[in-house]
Amino acid sequence: MKHTIAVIVENKSGVLTRIAGLFSRRSFNIDSLSVGATDNPDYSRMTITVQGDKDVLEQVIKQLSKLINVIRVSELAPAESVERELAVIKVSADRESRSEIMQIVNIFRAKIIDVSAKSMIIEATGDEEKIDAIIQLLRQFGIKELARTGKVAMVRGPRVVKA
Amino acid sequence: MSKTKMTGAQAVLESLKREGVEVVFGLPGGVLLPLYDAIYQSDLRHILVRHEQGAAHMADGYARATGKVGVCLATSGPGATNLVTGIANAYMDSVPMVAITGQVNTWLIGKDAFQEADITGITLPITKHNYLLRSAREISRVFREAFYIAHSGRPGPVLIDLPRDVTVEEVEFTWPEVNLPGYHPSFKVHEMQIKKAAKLLMDAERPVIYVGGGVKYADAHRELFDLATKINAPVTTTLMGVGCFPEDHPLSLGMLGMHGTKYANYSIQESDLILAVGARFDDRVTGKIASFAPRAKIVHIDVDPAEIGKNVRVDIPVVGDARNALAALAKEVVPKPRSAWNEKIEAWKKDHPLRYIPDINIIKPQFVIEKLCELAPDAIITTEVGQNQMWAAQFFVHKDPHKFISSGGLGTMGYGFPAAIGAKMGCPECEVIDIAGDGSFLMNSQELATAVVNDIPVKVAILNNGCLGMVRQWQELFFEKRYSATILGRTSPDFVKLAEAYGAVGLRATKPSEVEPVIRAALATDRPTIMDFIINPAEKVSPMVPAGATLGEILDLEWCDEANTSHLEKIYSDARKEILGSEGYI
Repeated sequence: MKHTIAVIVENKSGVLTRIAGLFSRRSFNIDSLSVGATDNPDYSRMTITVQGDKDVLEQVIKQLSKLINVIRVSELAPAESVERELAVIKVSADRESRSEIMQIVNIFRAKIIDVSAKSMIIEATGDEEKIDAIIQLLRQFGIKELARTGKVAMVRGPRVVKA
Repeated sequence: MSKTKMTGAQAVLESLKREGVEVVFGLPGGVLLPLYDAIYQSDLRHILVRHEQGAAHMADGYARATGKVGVCLATSGPGATNLVTGIANAYMDSVPMVAITGQVNTWLIGKDAFQEADITGITLPITKHNYLLRSAREISRVFREAFYIAHSGRPGPVLIDLPRDVTVEEVEFTWPEVNLPGYHPSFKVHEMQIKKAAKLLMDAERPVIYVGGGVKYADAHRELFDLATKINAPVTTTLMGVGCFPEDHPLSLGMLGMHGTKYANYSIQESDLILAVGARFDDRVTGKIASFAPRAKIVHIDVDPAEIGKNVRVDIPVVGDARNALAALAKEVVPKPRSAWNEKIEAWKKDHPLRYIPDINIIKPQFVIEKLCELAPDAIITTEVGQNQMWAAQFFVHKDPHKFISSGGLGTMGYGFPAAIGAKMGCPECEVIDIAGDGSFLMNSQELATAVVNDIPVKVAILNNGCLGMVRQWQELFFEKRYSATILGRTSPDFVKLAEAYGAVGLRATKPSEVEPVIRAALATDRPTIMDFIINPAEKVSPMVPAGATLGEILDLEWCDEANTSHLEKIYSDARKEILGSEGYI
């Protein structure tokens, strides 16, 4: 089972290594990890997706909480949170296929951010399923390159995960 | 606070002084020259070791004996990497330690400079936390944090990597308060959880209290005693918990697990309630985990929330300090009289005591331990790892939590001797005896020089069986007596001559009748002493739960199998003759 957790960490060098090291040492399976700044320059926020049952999730949260540079760890239950991912996809595109690709892009409310005689770059945001779906549809044209950010997530409503 | 200008090295020493550090164990090197120059001009006691691993184990032994933070010091590169085993050892056994390592100049970091090693990277998974300093301005804050982290909550080692230029940089010394937004060790316990735990304890018909090293670190042995005696609950300890409950008390079950007592293991398997305190359900304790204590509910008290539910399912978790928790529990319960359960355990104790077959011709290791216990009952005992460690745990009657010091989690051979030196530095008024094997002792025997030069009169009792005994025991039992690489025989030195070569005292006993005189002579001298006891090489640690078996399947080993004894004796006899001269030992 997949779980999403938000981790507020001190914005210091080596913190990412500590977290990644903890996951490998304890044999936790990490699916995706994204890091970025928060409103407070002292802290960064990570969104981590892990595989495992309830007991594994509990251990992941407890072990992360033990790291001195980790300020807060919180599970984001899927039903109570919004999740987004961004992908940029470079597909083969010529005169014949270009309009069909544009139709798909429109249906997914994605964007075309680069065009050349032989290729296009598409920017798509959405939850994991949506990104998977657009990638699946674009595959027929030939995906030349693909970059995904990994998930970022936030609890719905007024509750916050903050330092 | 008045601000004083000083160098980084002086700031390090000022920080150590403010943390109350009395002694550091270390060995200098290139990048540490400025720091050692400052040490030379200070009144900090520095013990020069002969290998950095020794420094780490000494700091560890000092910490376990005194409850204070142990400090070790090593130079960059190989000095730092030589600390690694000692740091890992302290991490596994939750020992408060600060390890200071030198590092190359900040502008050389990452350039593969001479004697550079990424020691913060290397020790990431074996420290509670670590720091790489970039400026002398960070020194006082980092040292203060490091000591706080090392000894609070679940203790552990903290490493500070100190680049050379940071130690020569000028700085205004300040002493800032600790402010760690991500570190809040649990101390108080939840009242509701205590109430629930107390109810289970009162309702239980067959309770067992299972105690680990956490009780030692929380200094909670008195509260444990109050609780156990109030409700007549039997107490078993892990190797790390040895001494937390007096082993001569009727409620004591001794140690549990792989080489625990039969009655401790039977009690666990039959119990309907286990109160685990500061223990972590290690595989050496639980045996086959799926069938551990099948009928028992489990209450688990631990200062580290991550330990609760890690290995076994827990019914009532109690997060917090063991001392607070046990005191609260003792207050909450009402006295319980002795029960049928106590009687049943009494019968098991009578039927299945720890025992060995005494011999008048050949020294039995258990006999040596019993004699040590008789002649030095208040000594601090450190151990190496293997058979010597198990016999020391089993046959010495332990009564004081701070007087049994052993490498539990990591199982580090070579630990006991330097740990004894550290313990003696912390408790100079105590007799300190390292119970060793001939294999383990050689792993850090160079520290004899440290003991002699600094006049630290520790005593070493080598149970010399001419082999790597615990591994040999497993080969005998599970590998059809194929003794692959475990027979040391001829290759070990003459330990009496070795002691004398270092300027220490060397004594040897080859017959049971010589054991007591040798121990008396060792205790009478105020110099570092090695006692070389030539023991029965075929002796096995018994009883034993075979790997993968349940605790109930604990076996008495045929520890005096005749065929095996003669087979081994043949291997040893030549070697012994060489060591002992024409007299031989049988």
